[in-house]
Amino acid sequence: MSNKVLVLGEAREGALRNVSYEAIAAAKQISDGGEVVSVLLGDSVGELAAELGKYGADRVITVEHPHLKQYTSDGFGQALLAVIDQENPEVIVFGHTALGKDLSPKIASKLQIGLISDVTSIEGEGDAAVFIRPIYSGKAFEKVKVKDGIKFITIRPNNIAPLAKDDSKSADVSSLSVDITNLRTIIKEVVRKSSEGVDLSEAKVVIAGGRGVKSEEGFGPLKELADVLGGAVGASRGACDADYCDYSLQIGQTGKVVTPDLYIAAGISGAIQHLAGMSNSKIIVAINKDPEANIFKVADYGIVGDLFEVVPMLTEEFKKLKVNA
Amino acid sequence: MNIYVLVKRTFDTEERIVVSGGKIQEDGAEFIINPYDEYAIEEAIQVRDAQGGEVTVLTMGGEEAEKQLRTALAMGADKAVLINTEDDVEDMDEFAAAFVISEYLKDKNPDLILAGNVAIDGGSGQVGPRVAESLGINYVTTITNLEINGTTVTIKRDVEGDTEVLETSLPLLVTAQQGLNEPRYPSLPGIMKAKKKPLEEVELDDLDIDEDDVEAKTETIEIYLPPKKEAGKVLEGELADQVKELVQLLHSEAKVV
Repeated sequence: MSNKVLVLGEAREGALRNVSYEAIAAAKQISDGGEVVSVLLGDSVGELAAELGKYGADRVITVEHPHLKQYTSDGFGQALLAVIDQENPEVIVFGHTALGKDLSPKIASKLQIGLISDVTSIEGEGDAAVFIRPIYSGKAFEKVKVKDGIKFITIRPNNIAPLAKDDSKSADVSSLSVDITNLRTIIKEVVRKSSEGVDLSEAKVVIAGGRGVKSEEGFGPLKELADVLGGAVGASRGACDADYCDYSLQIGQTGKVVTPDLYIAAGISGAIQHLAGMSNSKIIVAINKDPEANIFKVADYGIVGDLFEVVPMLTEEFKKLKVNA
Repeated sequence: MNIYVLVKRTFDTEERIVVSGGKIQEDGAEFIINPYDEYAIEEAIQVRDAQGGEVTVLTMGGEEAEKQLRTALAMGADKAVLINTEDDVEDMDEFAAAFVISEYLKDKNPDLILAGNVAIDGGSGQVGPRVAESLGINYVTTITNLEINGTTVTIKRDVEGDTEVLETSLPLLVTAQQGLNEPRYPSLPGIMKAKKKPLEEVELDDLDIDEDDVEAKTETIEIYLPPKKEAGKVLEGELADQVKELVQLLHSEAKVV
């Protein structure tokens, strides 16, 4: 039986996040030929709607309201519940982003349904679909199914490939007017700390530093390498505890879990708690002075050496590669 | 102020995971308070010390979770509640867990409920917000700072590395992110006192909950370990050559750059 799937599109600073397209690809797999409907919420999101069609959405519904300019669970919750009420989907897909994590339990609770969070892959199609998600911070995986009712999942960014963009495709765009009232949270200010845009959890390349970085300034060479590769900088708990960087950069069992294509660990020993946050990365490179460091056990490639020598050399080599490409 | 903290007993972060018969083996494993819940407990104690009132720590599970509740009492919580589900429910999902906790809390009139933003075992981060929604109160997740002035609450929360500053009011549920505070260790006098603090145990019957009410909406079919990684390649030779080789490998062999 085909399923109608509702997918939440997510914009950040006026552009759609990749996970919006990944969610459409997930939706297609579960829809079994059913309609895939993307939802966009904001104060002015109409212009982004067309893009979702090119990635496979059959239809796009926008809800625009001044109270949706910034995310609040109350505002987005009211808008989304109105869309769900109108559409009666069999499946709902969100990204497992800060927004998705915050909003999805509210919707699930309101609808009295199950929710499978942080899905990294989907096996099978249509109603037979089962969902795979990491547990124990990636030390194990579980395969979960929905027993009955709406299938509601959030997907981890960077794990489910989006469909190829097809400029010839377009989606029907309609808007729904929803009265957004009684917001219990007022956003006063957003202080941007995640520098220069590349989000750690969505980055294709992560350059992470540990205690071996030795100081706040020590992150400089890592940042330069990240910039050349269009990646983000992360850190081990050791580096955060030593005040070399902000906790928002921490990768590990406490902290963020990342699965980039390339993870470069510089001066990180590789404690089990750190490995939990990055061991599912596609390719891991370890740079450490200590040849016995645990990180070499999970690394695909390793260089035994001083990160302050190796990292700048790597930056230069990658620059050359980019020039020649 | 009437403060509740939702606590979960989890595997120690050092534990290796062993799977047999499609389930995680718990025999011999060390258990701790979920690390994010420790931030929640610490914050609750600090709020109580500043504002007055009482901190109750609440968990769900079997008898063995008493140990984690005693630890929370030793840190400084005033009372503990164990909702013992051991005899009644086999597999709980987030829907069921939130239902039970909400049923317990619905007539307790909490001003503030704190929880960890995620448990390091299941890792879904659903139960806190679900409980708030069931109780009809507002929630704020992944907080790194909490200031309470009368019923006005000013919060800083972590949003993928950015900090959002927001204002809301009590009653409220918040979930703790790392960086919120530095959880204290239980002191020796604290541990002695904890033994005499009240620890109430309730079962689903006491809450008028039928087994049908807590029928999970989702079902785990299988648990398995990720494929073991082959030992990688540690490069050799002059450092400059190693760097060149690495870049070539990443470009041509791994094709990630």
